[in-house]
Amino acid sequence: MPKLLQLQHIRKTFPGVVALDDVSFSIAAGEIHTLLGENGAGKSTLMNVLTGFYAPDSGSLQLDGQSVRFSSPRDSLALGIGMVHQHFMLVAAHSVLENILVALQGVPLLFPRRQLRSKIEQTIDEFGIDLDLDAPVWQLSIGAQQWIELIKLLMRDCRLLILDEPTAVLTPQEADKLFQVLQRLKQQGKSIIFISHKMREVMEISDRVTILKKGRSVTTLEAGEFNQNKLAALMIGGDKIPEWQKSLPFSDELVLEIENLAVRNDRGLADLDNFNLQLKKGEILGIAGIAGNGQKALAEALTGLTRVESGRVLAAGEDITRSCARSSYIAGIAHIPEDRKAIGIVPDLSLDENLILKNFRAKRFRHGVFQSRSAIRNNAIEKVDQFAIKAGPQGSPVRLLSGGNIQKVIIARELSEQPVVLIALYPTRGLDIGSAEYVHKVIAEGAGNGMSTILISEDLDELYKICDRIAVIFRGRLIGYVDPANASREQIGLMMSGEVSA
Amino acid sequence: MSLQFRVEKREQGSALFRTLATSASVLGALFVAGFLLLSAGVNPAAAYMEILREALGSTYGISETLVKATPLIITGLAVSVAFRMQIWNIGAEGQIYMGACGATWVALFSGLEAPLILPAMFAAAFVAGGLWASVAGLLRARWQVNEVIVTLLMNYIAILLADYLIYGPWKNPDGYNFPLTAQFSDAARLSEYFNTRLHSGFFLALFCALAVYLLMERTIWGYQIKAIGSNQAAARYAGMKTGLAIFLVLTLSGAIAGVAGFSEVAGLQHRLQHGLSPGYGYTAIIIAWLARRSALGVIIVSLLMGILLVGGDSLQLSWQLPVAFAYAFQGLILFFLLASDFFINFRLRRVKEDADA
Repeated sequence: MPKLLQLQHIRKTFPGVVALDDVSFSIAAGEIHTLLGENGAGKSTLMNVLTGFYAPDSGSLQLDGQSVRFSSPRDSLALGIGMVHQHFMLVAAHSVLENILVALQGVPLLFPRRQLRSKIEQTIDEFGIDLDLDAPVWQLSIGAQQWIELIKLLMRDCRLLILDEPTAVLTPQEADKLFQVLQRLKQQGKSIIFISHKMREVMEISDRVTILKKGRSVTTLEAGEFNQNKLAALMIGGDKIPEWQKSLPFSDELVLEIENLAVRNDRGLADLDNFNLQLKKGEILGIAGIAGNGQKALAEALTGLTRVESGRVLAAGEDITRSCARSSYIAGIAHIPEDRKAIGIVPDLSLDENLILKNFRAKRFRHGVFQSRSAIRNNAIEKVDQFAIKAGPQGSPVRLLSGGNIQKVIIARELSEQPVVLIALYPTRGLDIGSAEYVHKVIAEGAGNGMSTILISEDLDELYKICDRIAVIFRGRLIGYVDPANASREQIGLMMSGEVSA
Repeated sequence: MSLQFRVEKREQGSALFRTLATSASVLGALFVAGFLLLSAGVNPAAAYMEILREALGSTYGISETLVKATPLIITGLAVSVAFRMQIWNIGAEGQIYMGACGATWVALFSGLEAPLILPAMFAAAFVAGGLWASVAGLLRARWQVNEVIVTLLMNYIAILLADYLIYGPWKNPDGYNFPLTAQFSDAARLSEYFNTRLHSGFFLALFCALAVYLLMERTIWGYQIKAIGSNQAAARYAGMKTGLAIFLVLTLSGAIAGVAGFSEVAGLQHRLQHGLSPGYGYTAIIIAWLARRSALGVIIVSLLMGILLVGGDSLQLSWQLPVAFAYAFQGLILFFLLASDFFINFRLRRVKEDADA
């Protein structure tokens, strides 16, 4: 097969970090090529090099045998390389059609809207995609928004499509649909770079797989040369995944009860609607659902960050529905937020200061209104040791720490007042396997000591691994509970898309 | 082979590097200002020597430098407290005027005597400056109205209000119709030292610096101000009342600036008059920026600015240079400082073209 694109010895560094060390691989026309690697292996940097966001420090890119150099995303798009990012680039208030039209190139000033519309409709029909061109984007599900991004690239006649973890936001059924479309595109001679962590998907769709590890391309395997175990072994490079011991059976004592909770968002739409949940002492309760089905509202309502419209939250029988963020922390509800850099840390303050962000008023950290520096420092020394945080020089801003260490800082802080309930949103997202393992261990240890955890995650593997029960959420409602020991992924997938209840 | 440069983000720069960069930007401003002096037919080296000699070469010069630095330190602190929270108080100028009006009212019309009158004047200035800024604080905290616009525009109101008082109800009946209030009684004046104009307002300024340092670096309030300034969402998530904090900090910032008004009328001018402040409140913005938000930095930079103002006055006398020169120089410093910020955070690296490209 002729090579469409060839990368040789690509290297890209950032201050203090070698993001890509030495990456070489090639993509043929009509090939689905998977890039597999842990977080931090360099996948995103590599994609940014391919799409012209970053210029590599050294190494060469060849397209159709010609050496190319991109100085902006415009250059790579002009040569037919397009990407569906994890975070969509859409104008939420505009219609689907308008969002697609914006992306078109070389359209006359007074563009033939009707003609373009029928062309877009043709593409949609061809692939059997279900999409209303006149709906405003904000009303659409995440899955539908992803279709828009894909159609934008198809309308621009991209030859090489890059999809960055496209299935992370999809139900299993939606993902199957995406794979059908990708297979059609492949038959048409398009090349696809597919990025994913999910082994089963990789097995299902890939013609070839290139494994990235610590900024290097380890190897490229043809279909038939790999299986799930081999890929996993190559990806984590011999690091054995330890066997997981589930926590001890929990008691039937209820620590948290949510009754008919309703929360509306800024647009007045219901994020949570008549939502019920019961959390028992010492259990790890997983919340499975596709992103945007009310998980964030649930966490915010429980931690006092959003206003509850109706319904009640009872903690140990006491009504805490209308408490504020700090009083719920004091009441023993800890929170690992979804967007850790946006709300989890104060980036310019030091590690010491970030560790007391929520309990800086505690008596042991102050004398009157003056802060006790020694107590704050000692607290930091203790936490750094206890949670294996790799701290920088003392006093340097916490933003300089890596993502995994920032997450440890947040967890150390949240667990420091022995919470009764921990609400963790995607606590291992973006972490490498070692850090993720550590987070799981901390949660399990907490459960052993009687802490109850609500673990909100999109990663079914994670939920299966550590949860005692899994509750499935769909469109702001509880669909039902399942026992991970005897529920199939297909069953949970159907519940996640609201098609069946438990 | 062509030369190309690329901008790269630097790793955390050291404190020494930051200090050097700040010093270099002052030197750079001196260098460019030299061309301004040359164009006016003045030898820059001689002019700079003259500035130094005038400002530091005699007891009188030093005392005048400290006198000029006094309101700059206080307002610089006022502005820097708000800066720490990413709140931009551009209204220190107006708050000085309101503080001066408050102090003047107590001095002339309250009927208080020593020893109560000076503390009462101080308190009135503190409250008046604070109330004035609290309007912007309320608007910002409650309705997200941009505090830059509000504080800036309220300067004009404050200055005109002071003028109204001076030209109108508070005009000295025995003043031959000059736009001045009556002189303060001796009890309403700060003590002076060494037979110069140096007054205890300078020590008040140093005390303010200590208080601001303790507030920002040692108390749980300062901790909250810094946390909110660095990441408001995280601060709210940690249970801090960010709206209330914004209101209080802007109010405090105005109150401190009001103290500068007290110091000027009670220590120096001994009456309220037109043109009370020649733009101290605006210079304070440059000072707070140059000082990189540290209280000690505010003192050092204010002293430098004092030298510049006193020396600049002498340039007017010796070479008939306009007073605008001193302000042009201030502006140059700010420009160079912004440029140095860029170099502190980024570096330029030469890129070699690949042989095969």
